[in-house]
Amino acid sequence: MDDIVITGIGFTPVGEHWEVSLRELATDAALKAMQESGGLRPQAVYVANQYAPVLSRQANVGVLVADFIGLHDVEAATVEAGGASGMMALRAAYLAVASGEADVALALGVEKSTDRVGPDVETALSVVLDADYEAEHGLTPAAQAALLMQRYIHEYNAERAAFAAFPVLAHRNAVGNPAAMFRRAIKESTYHRATMLSDPLNLFDAAPLADGAAAVLVARRSVLPPEMPQPLVRIAGFGIANDTLALHDRDDPLDFAAVRSSVESACKRANCSLEEVDFFELYDAFSIYVPLILEAAGFAPRGEGWKMGQDGSLELDGKLPILTMGGLKARGNPGGATGLYQVAEAVMQLRGQAGDNQIPNARRALVQSLSGPASLAATTILEPAP
Amino acid sequence: MDISRHWRNRKQRYRLVGEVCPHCGAKLFPPRDVCPHCGMEAKTVETLVGTGTVYAFTTVRQAPSDFAEQSPYVVALISLDDGPMLTAQLTDLGDVEPYVGMRVEMVTRKLRNADDERGLIIYGYKFRPVLERALA
Amino acid sequence: MPELLRPERPVGIVGYGAYVPRYRLPAKEIARIWTQGRGGLPIEEKAVPGLDEDTITISIEAARNALARAGIDAELLRAVWVGSESHPYAVKPSSTIVAEALGATPFTQAGDWEFACKAGTEAMVAAFGLIGSGMADYALAIGADTAQGRPGDALEYTAAAGGAAFIIGPAEESLAVLLGTLSYVTDTPDFWRRAQQPYPEHGMRFTGEPAYFQHIGSAARAFLEATNTTPQDYTYAIFHQPNAKFPQRIAKQLGFTPEQIAPGLVVPTVGNTYSGSAILGLTATLDVAKPGDRILVVSFGSGAGSDAMAFEVTDLIEERRALAPATQDYIRRRTEIDYATYVRWRGKLVLK
Ligand SMILES: [Zn+2]
Repeated sequence: MDDIVITGIGFTPVGEHWEVSLRELATDAALKAMQESGGLRPQAVYVANQYAPVLSRQANVGVLVADFIGLHDVEAATVEAGGASGMMALRAAYLAVASGEADVALALGVEKSTDRVGPDVETALSVVLDADYEAEHGLTPAAQAALLMQRYIHEYNAERAAFAAFPVLAHRNAVGNPAAMFRRAIKESTYHRATMLSDPLNLFDAAPLADGAAAVLVARRSVLPPEMPQPLVRIAGFGIANDTLALHDRDDPLDFAAVRSSVESACKRANCSLEEVDFFELYDAFSIYVPLILEAAGFAPRGEGWKMGQDGSLELDGKLPILTMGGLKARGNPGGATGLYQVAEAVMQLRGQAGDNQIPNARRALVQSLSGPASLAATTILEPAP
Repeated sequence: MDISRHWRNRKQRYRLVGEVCPHCGAKLFPPRDVCPHCGMEAKTVETLVGTGTVYAFTTVRQAPSDFAEQSPYVVALISLDDGPMLTAQLTDLGDVEPYVGMRVEMVTRKLRNADDERGLIIYGYKFRPVLERALA
Repeated sequence: MPELLRPERPVGIVGYGAYVPRYRLPAKEIARIWTQGRGGLPIEEKAVPGLDEDTITISIEAARNALARAGIDAELLRAVWVGSESHPYAVKPSSTIVAEALGATPFTQAGDWEFACKAGTEAMVAAFGLIGSGMADYALAIGADTAQGRPGDALEYTAAAGGAAFIIGPAEESLAVLLGTLSYVTDTPDFWRRAQQPYPEHGMRFTGEPAYFQHIGSAARAFLEATNTTPQDYTYAIFHQPNAKFPQRIAKQLGFTPEQIAPGLVVPTVGNTYSGSAILGLTATLDVAKPGDRILVVSFGSGAGSDAMAFEVTDLIEERRALAPATQDYIRRRTEIDYATYVRWRGKLVLK
């Protein structure tokens, strides 16, 4: 089969863009991706967005964005799958070009979270939960992560202080990412002084919601001219699996089963093993997710994922670098756009364009987005196109 | 106003009316009509006992707007003695520190005021430390 | 001489249940704020509802306790009547929510009653009639309140939260059989609250002699006369308890001993639970009563009136008592709060 390749990426800096609107952010990212692709125009546009209906009073974001980037008479739709929206937009673009329905498709993610401030934002964030049986009882995504964190510490005798390693790593890596929201390293002592959000989870255990837009243009290799402006990156495989939406419906809440099965099926499609993965862009919406993901994916034994933060193996020069450009925690978490930032950052690594954060000889990336506590896990494996 | 959404769920909310699977006997809460244990249809109504154990708990300090007037409050995952786990607030803690494994019992309380003081009062299950009884 | 109200078919209490919230505000803490701690205190402390409690939630728990003692299916209840002066809705019945929470819907009567502090006994008397006429076998009567007093007012020291519930049914299934009842009512404006006002007005010293003592005294004396009984014929007695002093004084005036009213005198550590006041005394008394004991209850509601009623405890008390928490179990469970917490919880802070 024809390779499905990423021809171009584009993104805005992540942060609080008070003066910029949803459509402007999206347009900025889309035009960059199209420019990187030598002016390729997509026949299909899939726009990932999580909160515009509640935060910006805007639905039908797919059509809005396609319209404002000057694309008419194309297929355009919004993709919403919680925190995995961006990755699922890439999935839609992939399927469109793989099936031959389109030659070129645009996956774009955009979030404009600063259109609202205060407790209304917490309310908006809670819409990803089970409305009747979680949110109606006062649960928030942060509180849900806190429940996991408390139980994890309880069950495995994990050290509470050890969770500092993940945000500290994220912040250190974000220093080298010009698009990151927080480009400054933090000390462990800063972490331990942070405001408590939902015991035992503090402010530094939670990735900050932010504004941003990221775009990835995909095409079938065969439709491209022989010379492209940027090195091509191949989508080697996808693996997508769901679990219960509500955390309480799991037999074992500490087992991110969807992570395991999505990684297994992505590896199978890409015909590679975990040992052959050079780095892992994972979904650190909350620090507790990191060990749970590492364990479920198969990088650490059950209950021992937290120790990987202690031994240097997750650093840029470690055996499994993660969050290489700052992750959700320090690059920022622009909701529906996040998955496409993860993909764009992996593409930069694979192209050798990651600057100070470049992983030497990065040949294979595992990239994964989650919605909620792995209620959906969407995993892809990327490689430089041969 | 989202009256019908709350009204529809009143039996579950007020008194833990769930389901029991006629095929494998599993108790289901929240009700979900398809048994997650055996995959068969499960629509037999069953009221759960309402006692359980705290699996995990947290104090929410950044509350959504609907819960701002209650902040801070404690939310927990409760393993019910009947089998299912659910998400609910812990109440009547007073000076009692909750802990993983704490025995709790269901009470029906105000969950929140919908909209504002002009809106509906939403009632539903919460859990509290099991009341100590001299007799029993 | 008024005739005693007595049903055609003998009736009684098949199950009873109490509820008192966990939190306590000491009277001296209120005095700290308003009188620099000087002056006498009408009680030790009062029960304060948590942020998530109201008359409906109190009624639900008291009623669940009553159902547990009665050992009957909630669907058998043919009436769910909630007496209160603090129904959470001005319009929308508390009773339908309570009935739904118990599983008593849909084939049941449901209604809210209001008569200051005697709405609970009013509902009980109606239930005696409903069962006593043979129209139905079981009816649930509840008295519950989350009473409010104006900050700094004398009532603030005592206005408390709590409630009690009774399943009234056939005498042969009862743990206490009704001996009879009698009501005494006049238009006496000792205490009132106009619609949409948050706090009540009261006649201060006028609430004593012409109101409380006149009505309870008259109802009790008429009841004793109509039943041809004397205080010595009763093991226990309960009089509406708005503070610690009034019920003790009326008991003495009527010829009852401190021992007779002791188990039911819960006001010093609970406060005045309004519609729950006299009947919370009854649940506390049933918790310790023995078969054959006779109990006199006289409620009082401002505006004003008293319901007198008496019961004889049966053998069934022994097997049913432990089926639900005792009144004292709730009273023992206490967490003290300060005035600031109370002000926040009781909605006295302007948030909007
Ligand atoms: Zn089954």
